[in-house]
Amino acid sequence: MACRPESDVEKDFPILSTVFEDGRRLVYLDSAATTQKPKSVIERITHFYESENANVSRGAHKLGAIATSEYAKARETVARFIGAKPEELIFTSGTTESINAIAYGWGEENVHPSDEIVVLVSEHHSNFIPWQQLARKCGADFKIVDVKPDGTVDLDVFRKAVTSRTKIVAFAHVTNTFGVIHPVREMIEIARSKGAVTVIDGAQSIPHISTDVKEIGMDFLAFSGHKMLGPMGIGGLYISKRRVNEMRPFFTGGGMIDNVEDNFTVFAHPPEEYEAGTPNVAGAVGLATAIEYLEKLGMVCILDSDRTLLEYAYKKLDKIEGLTLYGTRDFEKRIGVLSFNIKGVHPHDVATILDAHGVAIRSGHHCAQPLMKHLGIFYTSRASFYVYNKKEDIDILVDAIKDVKERFS
Amino acid sequence: MDPSELYAEVIIDHQKNPRNYGELENKDKEVKLTNSSCGDEIFLQVKFDGDRIQDIAFYGRGCAISTASASIMTELVKGISKEKAEELYEKFVEMARTGKAPSSELKDARVFQGVSKYPLRVKCATLAWHALEKVIE
Repeated sequence: MACRPESDVEKDFPILSTVFEDGRRLVYLDSAATTQKPKSVIERITHFYESENANVSRGAHKLGAIATSEYAKARETVARFIGAKPEELIFTSGTTESINAIAYGWGEENVHPSDEIVVLVSEHHSNFIPWQQLARKCGADFKIVDVKPDGTVDLDVFRKAVTSRTKIVAFAHVTNTFGVIHPVREMIEIARSKGAVTVIDGAQSIPHISTDVKEIGMDFLAFSGHKMLGPMGIGGLYISKRRVNEMRPFFTGGGMIDNVEDNFTVFAHPPEEYEAGTPNVAGAVGLATAIEYLEKLGMVCILDSDRTLLEYAYKKLDKIEGLTLYGTRDFEKRIGVLSFNIKGVHPHDVATILDAHGVAIRSGHHCAQPLMKHLGIFYTSRASFYVYNKKEDIDILVDAIKDVKERFS
Repeated sequence: MDPSELYAEVIIDHQKNPRNYGELENKDKEVKLTNSSCGDEIFLQVKFDGDRIQDIAFYGRGCAISTASASIMTELVKGISKEKAEELYEKFVEMARTGKAPSSELKDARVFQGVSKYPLRVKCATLAWHALEKVIE
């Protein structure tokens, strides 16, 4: 199947036609932070609120039935996208809530003193702090595995770190800082061989890499809708069948019960058990529409486009002196994330000057302070690409970087 | 927005050659402040002579805006009373937040008037001044 050209895809995203007061157009290169939304997603959310809005699984009226059915359909779509069954997919507000739900819901029930929790030093704070805090609370050891300077994991180092005491191994399939793809299958195999439970942060991988949870074999997978063309405030948590009976709901309240008595409650079955309170139905249907859009583009095309742009950027940026590019140069192990530093210029200054060129990037520690401190770089500038970016965006980025160099030379 | 206003020559100059950069030999007090959005840190040291800031120095890690602002601030407050320094602090922070016409007393620090147009960068410009307020309190 032929891939749609990016310049054609771009037209589906209303915000990308933004032209600023000075006549420059928006060049959006911050998709690792959040992606823009296609018209179909925006319209789907509007349609929900205009024609289908009601609370789900509660009322007996017509709208309630429509909303309940649309919510169920959304769950089927999202679950199918990651190769899960609908009852294995919990809707959450996003990756952060998903990981906390595992740390509190499974971790507090199963982690004991003298157990170990293993993470990589490259984790986003949202897959680092919950485990650090859980270890403190349960008296477990919190083990941090180093990565190589190019951001990749050394499987021998990882293998040695995981022991028979290891209860949980948590890591991101793709890092948010450098966009490095970790060998998730091998790492899960190592963890499982020691009897550890595996938690995968899929916030950066699910939007870019076709993922089948059964084939990869993780116990838990967390991801966010807003990083894959969906709305903010919706995300997913996959809980494998073998773990679901070992955990308790993180939140309790309405909509998650079979029966409530004065002194005890019988919880509903998953997924309802883990979705206390009124769910984000508009978010769920919006995310399902985003997934349909991604499937139409084709996940293979998306990753291809990522790498084409990344290689193109490297070719141009390699010619500029005083520029450091982070992450492995084996592009097979990368998604469209370009982390860099300009000698003598702070990333915040880089970002402000790029912004004046219409180019939106992220600067700072990227919520990954342990990695930044470990590498001794404190912060980087990060340009990240997605389905709507084209080579011309990279050209504008490169010219803007040259302008930064000139101003600070 | 033209960044030339924000990255005026005087700012680039102070960033490249920050004044009063380093540590004091016999400091009376030191404070450390962190900009949580980027992890930048500033250490501000002072030596008092009664109520007067006899000497002041800073070091740390920061962007051009925060480094230049710290450099200019130290030049402004060296040798003046704590009370006067507090007054300048209030004037600077108000100018950086609102973009209101600054008092002439702020001298070189007036170059940061335009930072209010970059709300995410106001913190960079005010970091050293917040450190000053803490160190003289």
